[in-house]
Amino acid sequence: MAEVIRIVLSVVIVFTFVAVGVALFLVLMERKVSAWVQARIGPRHVGPYGALQTVADLLKLLQKEHILPAGADRLMFAAAPVVVAVAALLSYVVLPWGPGVIVRDLGVGVLYFTSVLSLEVVGILTAGWASNNKYALLGGLRSAAQMVSYELPLGFSILTVATITGTLSTVRMVEAQPYPWYTYPSVIVAGLVFLVAATAESNRIPFDLPEAESELVAGYFSEYSPLRFALFQLGEYGSLFATSALFVTLFLGGWRGPFELPLVGPVVDGIFWFLLKTYAVVFFFMWVRWTYPRFRIDQLLNVSWKLLLPVSLANLLLAGLLIAGSG
Amino acid sequence: MIGLEHYLVSSALLFAAGLFAVLTRRNAVAILMGIELMLNAANINFVAFTKFVSPELVRGHIAALIVIALAACEAAVGLALVISAYRHLETVQVDEINLMKW
Amino acid sequence: MAEAVAFYGLTAVALGASLMVVLSRNMVHAAVSLIPVLLAIAGYYVLLGAEFLAAIQILIYAGAITVLILFVILLTEGATGLRVRPRNEQVPLGAITCLVLAALLIAVLTRTPWPQTRSSLPEYNPGAVGESFLTAYVLPFEAMSLLIVACLVGAIVVARREE
Repeated sequence: MAEVIRIVLSVVIVFTFVAVGVALFLVLMERKVSAWVQARIGPRHVGPYGALQTVADLLKLLQKEHILPAGADRLMFAAAPVVVAVAALLSYVVLPWGPGVIVRDLGVGVLYFTSVLSLEVVGILTAGWASNNKYALLGGLRSAAQMVSYELPLGFSILTVATITGTLSTVRMVEAQPYPWYTYPSVIVAGLVFLVAATAESNRIPFDLPEAESELVAGYFSEYSPLRFALFQLGEYGSLFATSALFVTLFLGGWRGPFELPLVGPVVDGIFWFLLKTYAVVFFFMWVRWTYPRFRIDQLLNVSWKLLLPVSLANLLLAGLLIAGSG
Repeated sequence: MIGLEHYLVSSALLFAAGLFAVLTRRNAVAILMGIELMLNAANINFVAFTKFVSPELVRGHIAALIVIALAACEAAVGLALVISAYRHLETVQVDEINLMKW
Repeated sequence: MAEAVAFYGLTAVALGASLMVVLSRNMVHAAVSLIPVLLAIAGYYVLLGAEFLAAIQILIYAGAITVLILFVILLTEGATGLRVRPRNEQVPLGAITCLVLAALLIAVLTRTPWPQTRSSLPEYNPGAVGESFLTAYVLPFEAMSLLIVACLVGAIVVARREE
């Protein structure tokens, strides 16, 4: 019984956090960061400094009419955004927020994370097909090609860390840091590959081909109206935050900070540092998005198959050699 | 209490469903999906036997992993063949692909 | 009790969705229905203490193979496949064969007295699988990697457009 209560409670907490702290906040943050990059002011009318802008946007979305395009596949059109959002939410199960603050410390932690995130592409592909729109379909197909190709370097860079720490559990990966000094060459390369692949996995500029608005209107969610569009946004920003959090967990020491905050105890301290680092990584992704132009689709696939994949494979080998060499 | 037999019966039904797809579908990709169903049914048996009959060395898990790798290979090559056939014949219905050369 | 609920729920999903895979006239629906089947089987693996295999199942089957299948359906016939006859003339014969086979398999499987083990699965599943793979089963492992390389090359050669 206590287990059931724990599960329900953690679902409620995680969902509330993802809806408010991630989706609503990150959309606002994106607009503010883009304004900062482009020397604009950004939203400022609703609430202090425009802080309630996304809340107002959400209220507007909730009031609008659902539109089903002619010839669309009703069931799959409705199911696709749910699949994307749920896949993003499921990945939060293994994120370690602080010492002992985790929904469930699975034995297959990071493997579980990559596998549920890989389900997202199914939602995107069906969304593209079910819309009965050529731009949406092209966006869905591009996204499938892109996400399947970038899953490999992402997986290999995670595997490199798993090789060094000897575990798949996210909690024990945090506890294993700082990694032994002789593994650093490998860890740094893995981190860089992870950053590039994670940008592509979350379909962001410079890898946002699936929704390239200048050629594909808005890609796979061109046809989606209010609430379902909001679900896609939830999935997109949810997975952006989750991959950033995984980056923090694997490479930046997770919940550990450079110093302990006074008077708050280890749990609050851990959550503080974890959130600080994760939002910093999210900021980095946004900064990149508003600074660089978009790749072409062939360049995008070349980067994955001809550059990142060989590099990450060689890096995995290097990690193995470094560990074997050190005894 | 869920025992070995429950899993075996479920997997037998899945296997039969997969076989039906292989026997009656005309689309090559649908036949491939039937094969995936049959492979998965076999995998359930491997894993169930590992738990209930012989857990030493997790033999069944190894077999199931090899099957999954084979299924990935089979899907890659099979789908490449389907694409190639579609390019030349503009059909993926297996009973229309009846030329030995073209 | 909880295990029984989970098992019957997963079985309902697996069998219901697999019927969709087999019977649906729309190829995209059939391919998408494959995903619940594969996820339910991953659920079976968790119930059977094979969590590593469950994660691999979702990653490779649900996340990659189904996407590949969907991709090929969309590249070849997509929704246009609705117009053509989805099944050949072997439906009655095939149905009888499958029903007889299923009945036979179930009869045999439920009547065989399987030897039940007393020992239990190792505690840490990924570790056990890795150790077994790299000690007792290293040869099949190597053979498998060779096969994967071969099929990677083969798939590229077959699917590449001739210049």
